[in-house]
Amino acid sequence: MNRSQRHFNADIITLAHGSGGKAMRDLIDHVFVKSFDNDYLKPLEDQARFDLAAIEQQGDRLALTTDSYVVDPLFFPGGDIGKLAVTGTVNDLAVGGARPLYLTCGMIIEEGLAVEDLRRIVMSMQSAAREAGVAIVTGDTKVVQRGACDKLFINTAGVGVIPQGVEIRADKAKPGDVIIVNGYIGDHGAAIVDARGEMALENTIQSDCQTLNGLIEMMLTVCPDIHCMRDATRGGLATVLNEFAEASEVSVILDETAIPVRQEVRGMCEILGLDPLYLANEGKLVAVVPASYTETLIAQMKQHPAGRESVIIGRVEGSPAGRVILETGFGGNRIIDMLVGEQLPRIC
Amino acid sequence: MKFVDEFRDPQKARALIAQINKLAESIQAQHSRPLQLMEFCGGHTHTIFRYGIEPMLPEWIELIHGPGCPVCVLPMGRVDDCVALAERPDVIFTTFGDAMRVPGSKKSLLQAKAEGADIRMVYSPLDALQLARQNPGRQVIFFALGFETTMPSTALTVLQAEREGIENFSLFCNHITTVPTIKAILDSPDMKIDGFLAPGHVSMVVGEQPFQFVSQAYQKPIVITGFEPLDILHSIWMLLKQISEQRCQVENQYARIVPPNGNEAGLKVIEQVFEIREFFEWRGLGSIDHSGVRMREAYAGFDAEQKFQIPNLKIADPKSCQCGEVLKGVIRPWECKVFAGSCTPETPMGALMVSSEGACAAYYNFGNIPELLSKRQAVEKES
Repeated sequence: MNRSQRHFNADIITLAHGSGGKAMRDLIDHVFVKSFDNDYLKPLEDQARFDLAAIEQQGDRLALTTDSYVVDPLFFPGGDIGKLAVTGTVNDLAVGGARPLYLTCGMIIEEGLAVEDLRRIVMSMQSAAREAGVAIVTGDTKVVQRGACDKLFINTAGVGVIPQGVEIRADKAKPGDVIIVNGYIGDHGAAIVDARGEMALENTIQSDCQTLNGLIEMMLTVCPDIHCMRDATRGGLATVLNEFAEASEVSVILDETAIPVRQEVRGMCEILGLDPLYLANEGKLVAVVPASYTETLIAQMKQHPAGRESVIIGRVEGSPAGRVILETGFGGNRIIDMLVGEQLPRIC
Repeated sequence: MKFVDEFRDPQKARALIAQINKLAESIQAQHSRPLQLMEFCGGHTHTIFRYGIEPMLPEWIELIHGPGCPVCVLPMGRVDDCVALAERPDVIFTTFGDAMRVPGSKKSLLQAKAEGADIRMVYSPLDALQLARQNPGRQVIFFALGFETTMPSTALTVLQAEREGIENFSLFCNHITTVPTIKAILDSPDMKIDGFLAPGHVSMVVGEQPFQFVSQAYQKPIVITGFEPLDILHSIWMLLKQISEQRCQVENQYARIVPPNGNEAGLKVIEQVFEIREFFEWRGLGSIDHSGVRMREAYAGFDAEQKFQIPNLKIADPKSCQCGEVLKGVIRPWECKVFAGSCTPETPMGALMVSSEGACAAYYNFGNIPELLSKRQAVEKES
C-alpha cells in the first residue's frame, strides 16, 4: 500500500506525531500535503526548489521575512491562528512593495491538540494562501509535551520579489505628505479581548485579519512613489507612525476625528481604558504618500474589498521632528508616543 | 457614542474656554502669583492629558496633579508584601492589571510572575472569588486597592464569600481614604493651592458632606468633578467663579452621578467590613493618620494580613525621587531631577511614573520631553 492511501484516524496529536516515524508521515500526508497541495511540496524533499529565471522576471530584489504566531484563543471571530499566520507574513512582504510568492510553515504542537482543530487551521492557511496567490512550499512539525507550549504555535517565513523602481522605506516621509489608512483600526485587538470572554461583552467584534497584497499592488499602479508603508499590527497605528516620524525626522500630525474606529471597539476601549491607536490590526496598512496622488489613490483604494473605508487621517510636517501629535476632536493636542509595556499579551 | 460624545463637544469646549479666559482676567488683577488648582484624582489627570486640556487654559492657571492614583501611592514595602504572598506555593494572587508594574524594593509583581509565582490579572474582586471556588485546594488572595470608590465592591465580595462559606479566599487590604489625605496636603507648610477638583467617583460613594471641611476650615473652594473633558472645563470655570465672587463652597458639577448623600448602601457595607487604621504609609507623602482601612476582627478569616505571615517592612522611597513635592504642587513633574532621566515609565523610580494616571507618566507619555527638559534647565539656572 502506498503511503498516502494509509488511513489517518487519530483524534488527537500525540508525541508520536512528532517522532519522525510513521505517525508523523501520516500526519504530514493527510493534513499538510493534502491541504497545501502544490508541486514544490509534494516531492517531500528537505527543501523547496525554485527556478531563478522565473523569479528574476518579476523584479530586481528578493524580500524575505519571518513571523511567529502564538495567538490565544486559536479560533476567534474573523479568523484563526492559521489564517493569521498566512496573512501576517504575506502583509509583511507586501507593505515593502514585494509581490509575495512562497511561504514556509513551521508548527510547534502541544500534545493533546484535536486533529480536527489542526485540520481546520491548516485548511484555513491554505484558503488564505490561495486568496493571496502564494504557495506554502515547505514545512516542519514538532510535537512537545503538555505544558511546553500552549496548544499550537506557528512560524511562517515568506519570500517575495520587489519590482524595479519600487522603493518604500520608513525614512522617506516628507513635509507635505499625506497619511492614509485602509479602514477601521483596532478591530483585531478588540476581537481577541472579546473572544477570550473575560469581559462578557454583548457584541461580537470581528478581527480584520486579511491579506493586503492585492490592495497594495493596485495602490502601486496608481502611485508608484509610495514613500512609507507598514501594516499596523502589534502596537497599532501609534507605533507605526512613531517609526515613520523617527526614521524620517519629521512630525506626524493626526486628526482624531478622521481616524476610523468602530463603535463597538470604541465602547470596549472606553470600558477597559485601552487606546484604539495602540490596538493591534491584522489587515490595516498605513501609507505615507505625496499629497498630489491622494485623491485618485483613495478613490481607487475604495474600489478594492480590502480598502472600502480608506481615508486620510493626517499629514506630515517638518517639526517637531520625530514626534506624532494628535489633534484631539476636543480641540486640544497631545503627543502620541510608543507604547510602554504590553497592552494585551498574545494577540497574534 | 451616546452619553460620551455629548461630553466631548469641541464647540461647547470653546465656549467654556472663552468664559474661563474672561473670569481668569478679572481674577488675575487681584492675584500676584499664578492660580494653582489641584485635581486630586488620577482619573482627572488622565483626562486632562488625553484631551490636551492644559494648553487650552490661560497660562496663568496651573493644574497641580494630586495623589489620587491608588497604584501610584502604594509604598514599596506593601509591594514587597504582595510579592511575598504571591510567591507562596499555595497561593493564587489576584490583582488589577495596573498594579503589576509597581516596583517593590526587589521586584514588581510582573517580575515575580515571570519567575513562577501564580499571579493572575482580574477585572473585579468577584473574578477572584470565582477562582477561589474553582480552586478549593489553593489560597486565593485578592489585592484590594483603591479609594472609597472600590471599597463597596471588595466589601460585598467578602460578604458573599462569608455567605457561601468560601474559606480559601482573602483580601490583602490596601484601601485608602481621600479626606485625611486632602487634609494632609492642606496642612503642608509649602502648600499654595487655591482650589480643588474633588474626585467624582469617590464622591459617588461618600457624597458631598466629607468635603465641607475644605471650604469651611481651610477656606478653599472645591468642586466635585466628572471625568469627561467638558466636566473638567466646567468645574474649572465653577472654581474660578467661586474665587472671583470670593466664595468657598462645596459644589457638585457631577450631579448626574453623585447624589448629595452618596451611596448609603455602599457606605453601610464599607462600615460593616472595614475599620480605619491609625495610620497608613503613602509613597511620596509618608505616613498619614487615619488614611487607610483594614478589615474588622469579625472578618479576620478573610484578612490575608492575619491569615499569612508577611514581611511588613517599611522601605524608604529613593532619595533622588521628588514625588512628594510634585504631589503637593511645590514643583512640576518635569522639574524633578530624575524625570525622564533615571525615572521613566519603563524603569519607574517614583510612584508617579508607574501608572498611566500618575502625573509624571502623563507628562512623559503625552508631553514634549526635550522641551520640558530645557524648561527644567532654565528653572535650575534661575534658582
